[in-house]
Amino acid sequence: MDFKENILTHFEALKTKIKSPEIIDEIRASALYKFTKLDVPTPKHEEWKYTNLKNLVNKTYELGSRTRLETDRYATFINQYDEETANILVFVNGEYIEALSHLISPASELVITNLATAYQQHSSTIEQHFSKYALYEQEAFVALNTAFANEGVFIHVPANTEVKTPIILHFIADASATDVICHPRNLIIVGKNSSVMVCEHFNSTDTPFSTLTNTVTEVYVAENAYCEHYKIQTEENNASHLGTTQAVVQRDGRFNNTTVSLSGKLIRNNLNIKINGENCDIYMNGLCATTGNTHVDNHTAVDHAMPNSQSNELYKSLLSEKATGVFNGKIYVRQDAQKTNAYQSNKNILLSPAAHIDTKPQLEIWADDVKCSHGCTVGALDEEPLFYLRSRGIPQEQARAMLVFAFADDILERIKYQPVREYAEKIIAQRFGMEE
Amino acid sequence: MLSIRNLEAAIGEKKILNGINLEVKAGEVHAIMGPNGSGKSTLASVLAGREDYEILGGEVEFFGKDLLELAPEERAGEGLFLAFQYPVEIPGVSNTNFLKAAVNAIRKYRGQNPLDAVTFLKQMKEKMKLVSIDQSLLSRSLNEGFSGGEKKRNEIFQMAMLEPKLAILDETDSGLDIDALRIVSNGVNTLKSKDNAVILVTHYQRLLDYIVPDYVHVLYKGRIVKSGTKELALELEEKGYDWIKEENEVLV
Repeated sequence: MDFKENILTHFEALKTKIKSPEIIDEIRASALYKFTKLDVPTPKHEEWKYTNLKNLVNKTYELGSRTRLETDRYATFINQYDEETANILVFVNGEYIEALSHLISPASELVITNLATAYQQHSSTIEQHFSKYALYEQEAFVALNTAFANEGVFIHVPANTEVKTPIILHFIADASATDVICHPRNLIIVGKNSSVMVCEHFNSTDTPFSTLTNTVTEVYVAENAYCEHYKIQTEENNASHLGTTQAVVQRDGRFNNTTVSLSGKLIRNNLNIKINGENCDIYMNGLCATTGNTHVDNHTAVDHAMPNSQSNELYKSLLSEKATGVFNGKIYVRQDAQKTNAYQSNKNILLSPAAHIDTKPQLEIWADDVKCSHGCTVGALDEEPLFYLRSRGIPQEQARAMLVFAFADDILERIKYQPVREYAEKIIAQRFGMEE
Repeated sequence: MLSIRNLEAAIGEKKILNGINLEVKAGEVHAIMGPNGSGKSTLASVLAGREDYEILGGEVEFFGKDLLELAPEERAGEGLFLAFQYPVEIPGVSNTNFLKAAVNAIRKYRGQNPLDAVTFLKQMKEKMKLVSIDQSLLSRSLNEGFSGGEKKRNEIFQMAMLEPKLAILDETDSGLDIDALRIVSNGVNTLKSKDNAVILVTHYQRLLDYIVPDYVHVLYKGRIVKSGTKELALELEEKGYDWIKEENEVLV
């Protein structure tokens, strides 16, 4: 079956299954219409030049649902790091599993709930924010996600609230009997003068079937608010991921994103940030440390629409075996965005001759009083530090591992929530032979 | 301890060492001087095992072992230490963790058990005083953002921690102000004993006021063209290198 036909059957089935407010139904129908009109991207599209989806869209998927509810099956993913002090939400194949989730933060502090619940209980907030930032008119997969947007997290931090308990979202793709597609949809609203930390962690069960997670997260950072946002990807070789994170940051707002891709089959992360007020502070950190045949494509775009803000971007990749990577970093500085500081750096280490990276910085600057810089390096591990360590008696393999770990840890140490940072560090240390 | 015979080495197509002969015994301090481009740093790098150089001939024996056959880490294990002219900055590797890895790797090479954390810290505190190095430098990434003087002091601090039998100081004095030079020299003098040896590679006589050499060798066009005692260094300081060049051009 053709991919679009496949999707249409899912949509018909979903319509009979779920009940949403009319306004949501309208958005979904319009998004589906757009999806049917847009081309599924191929390498002929400039933005998809190095990422070929043909092996993803030639499959017939089943729309993800709660096929299994053996909680043991997912326990290892949920308990992989100490989260006793976190709010946990678990989504399997895009559907919220309340039985596996636990919320610590009181409802009086903030709203954390499944999106489908928010449609009913927080309709005015939904109306104000849902599908207002991640626009689907030009993006086939955002349109696709929006057409199916029903479950995912809805977080609303009211004004003047510092949420101290992190929110961990586990997205587990579990294709146990057929190939599965799912469309988690998240909406995070951080009110004026408030702050919150949200981590999205993507996993899959290791089965003979393929999964495709097509996710969208919208983040609204209000005036003087702060959102710390992580995306951790540790899926199996059967799992592919297409994701868009769209943040809009208002005056004096801060948004820090750290994206860590450690495994999976094909990963495409779009991170788009719109700076919609003065004096905003944006960090975009990325680490892709992969092996095997994993392909990771990071597309980032920061849009400086207003003056006096700064964005800092550091993306690193560490590719071994036949792993491939793409980095495309766009910086737009609009005419009004005077006194913008925008920095971008992309550093890549290829640990094997078959590893490959395509990297492209893209700066478009219309304002004249700005400071922007970008830099990019691709190479093997530097010989000079290696010799230095060896000349002090450290054996070659250990010296290599120390340098590789240090390269990666430069990103991981930006993760402020320690259990997540240590979890990622442990994977890197084991993968690249670092002694404890 | 160290015996270099007819050592010839090249980088790419360019031959830099044209037959070096040198004997170093325990308890000795040798200074190797010479004009820029004479091969001083190449000699230091070749001894430490830098792989950019091709050995064309000759041999180097270190405590009876063929040094040129050993990997850089094995040379360190055997007791060789090179203080780098330009110490490398390694972001993300903390100075302390690096030192611990180095100390224990060398201990392992020698069949000794790794140091426990307490002993290691105690040793570190002791040696830090020697080169007046600040605790805060040790928790930072290796050499990252260190001043020139701090980098050189850190080299001598590493030397103190690793207790080499032969230390080669590659232009450790260049770029140091007088105070830093004094600190570095004091460190080296304190570490000196009848059981170890030092090779000072330097362009300037100034260092030799602080670390007094037993022998001074002049390297020119990849050969040791003159050897003497510390008076030779004073003569070089006074007259420069031109007379050495002239003498040798005549010979050629």
